[in-house]
Amino acid sequence: MSKHLKYFRSSFGLTLLALPAIVFIFIFSYVPLYGLVLPFKEYNFEKGFLHSPWIGLTNFEFLFNSDLLHIIRNTVVMNALFISINVIVEVAVALLLFELGKRATKVYQTVLFLPFFISWIVVSYAVFGFLDSDTGIVNKLLAAFGMDPVMFYNSPGYWPLILVVAHVWKFLGYGTLMYYAALMGIDAEYYEAARLDGATRFQQAWHISIPLIRPIIIIMVVLSIGNIFYSDFGLFYSVTQDNALLYPTTDVIDTYVYRALRQLGDFGMSSAAGLFQSICGFIVVVLSNYAIGKISKEDKLF
Amino acid sequence: MIQSQKRFNLFVHLFFIVLCAIVVVPFIMILAASFSQELGIIRHGYWIWPRGLSLDAYHLLAKNSQQLIRSYTVTIITTAAGTVLGLWLMTTLGYAISRRDYKYGNGLSFYIFFTMLFRGGLVPSYILVTQWLHMKDTIYALFVPVLVNAFYVLMLKGFLRSIPDALYECAKLDGAGEFTIFTRIVIPLATPAIATVGLLMALQFWNDWFSSLLYTDSPSLLTLQAMLQKMLTNMQFLSVIKPVSMSSGALPQATFRMAVCVVAVGPLLLVFPFFQRFFTKGLTVGAVKG
Repeated sequence: MSKHLKYFRSSFGLTLLALPAIVFIFIFSYVPLYGLVLPFKEYNFEKGFLHSPWIGLTNFEFLFNSDLLHIIRNTVVMNALFISINVIVEVAVALLLFELGKRATKVYQTVLFLPFFISWIVVSYAVFGFLDSDTGIVNKLLAAFGMDPVMFYNSPGYWPLILVVAHVWKFLGYGTLMYYAALMGIDAEYYEAARLDGATRFQQAWHISIPLIRPIIIIMVVLSIGNIFYSDFGLFYSVTQDNALLYPTTDVIDTYVYRALRQLGDFGMSSAAGLFQSICGFIVVVLSNYAIGKISKEDKLF
Repeated sequence: MIQSQKRFNLFVHLFFIVLCAIVVVPFIMILAASFSQELGIIRHGYWIWPRGLSLDAYHLLAKNSQQLIRSYTVTIITTAAGTVLGLWLMTTLGYAISRRDYKYGNGLSFYIFFTMLFRGGLVPSYILVTQWLHMKDTIYALFVPVLVNAFYVLMLKGFLRSIPDALYECAKLDGAGEFTIFTRIVIPLATPAIATVGLLMALQFWNDWFSSLLYTDSPSLLTLQAMLQKMLTNMQFLSVIKPVSMSSGALPQATFRMAVCVVAVGPLLLVFPFFQRFFTKGLTVGAVKG
């Protein structure tokens, strides 16, 4: 016992240094875990958390209402689209970038990276400039070709495509650079040997580049799958301008919870949806970590 | 062989030039719209060059700059305070758990990592910040809750692992305390890592609007992005605060909002690309192992 105490004392300086951050994490990440029981209570501002009455599973009734099915579907399907399309486009662009000389790629990298620096709000302005029914560029172009204008902000059907394009546009530079950096790490000898054997560029990319960056591709994909129940709030809330007409295809768990909380003040329903999201998210993370372990042990997260 | 390679390279360059053009078109459109005449936009729509050159939108903005200046102030304060405090907290913790001779390091690593696995969610955090910490409608709500990011702590730990432990032992033999070791040895040696995380945090705070939307009601606490967000859904937002009589009658909404957008984001876009290499380094290191 005294040995432990002695070590505790001798390392106390280091503990003290880290203590503020430890306390911070406790307050802002561990205390909110009480939210796990919140949905089983009828939360009341005046009474506070402890004195609010228990109400059992009433808050989970919404789980059986059809509203939830489509927000879960939107969340998962849109994320699946983002993950698959992003990885294909980014790897392809990185491979092309890798074909060019270093100096030229600098300029392209910088330009492609620009959208990463702006918020979804600014993206919303740009999307509005393209899609507004009266003044938007797309409708002006359609009119120039003698086609009928499209009321994008009234037509949910177009939005999965619009959101995917916006998402690819914003993260293209980021993802491309990640894969490009991985490609730069490949030993040049592989390519020399392949060239001597008469391999074409396409063959080099297919048989050397892609297999060698496969681990990082897999990790990026699995990490994103771990977040499949969480959505990019700005994309779904701001780019769609929180337009109720578009909810059939754009309403996701995060926007639903936010609206329930901030506009309806419905703590019960929003905390129940939040709990549902936490649990699904946790399960998916554990499963994807297991999947990473199957593929390459050392990249396991825990 | 050489000939075909040249042709191929030309093709790839062409591809990237087109791709880059597509990527910058939205920026150019916003910039062009801000310099357009209102009537030009209404009649002919947004385009990639100004519809009839005009500075009306900027003149109006100059007369209505109160909210813009306030939002700039709020954004600068939260970004500076959030980044500096957050870096201090995260680096100290990251340093402690990076020390191989620190027995609580593994336990603490898991303590940090667990927060990435399981989150309480939006509602309990909202109640915590507004009801228990009484931060609703204060500037603290905009940066205090997100000061420590588990992912960045683990990223810093990874960086700091590369500093040899022998250095600390030498310093200890010379009688340095943990605090001195941290400020005199760790911070100077870890500057590249700290800069990377600092820039990522600064970008995150600068682009934050969700905290404003969630935790504040008064316009004086709107960050730049939150102000833009309000303007997007409510075009009158800025002009309602201080109505101005325009000689032309109608308020130039279409051009005005784009001008606000340019003024709010322009400086960032001019500065941040110069730090891009830090971002890429951080992203690649962070991606490989959390």
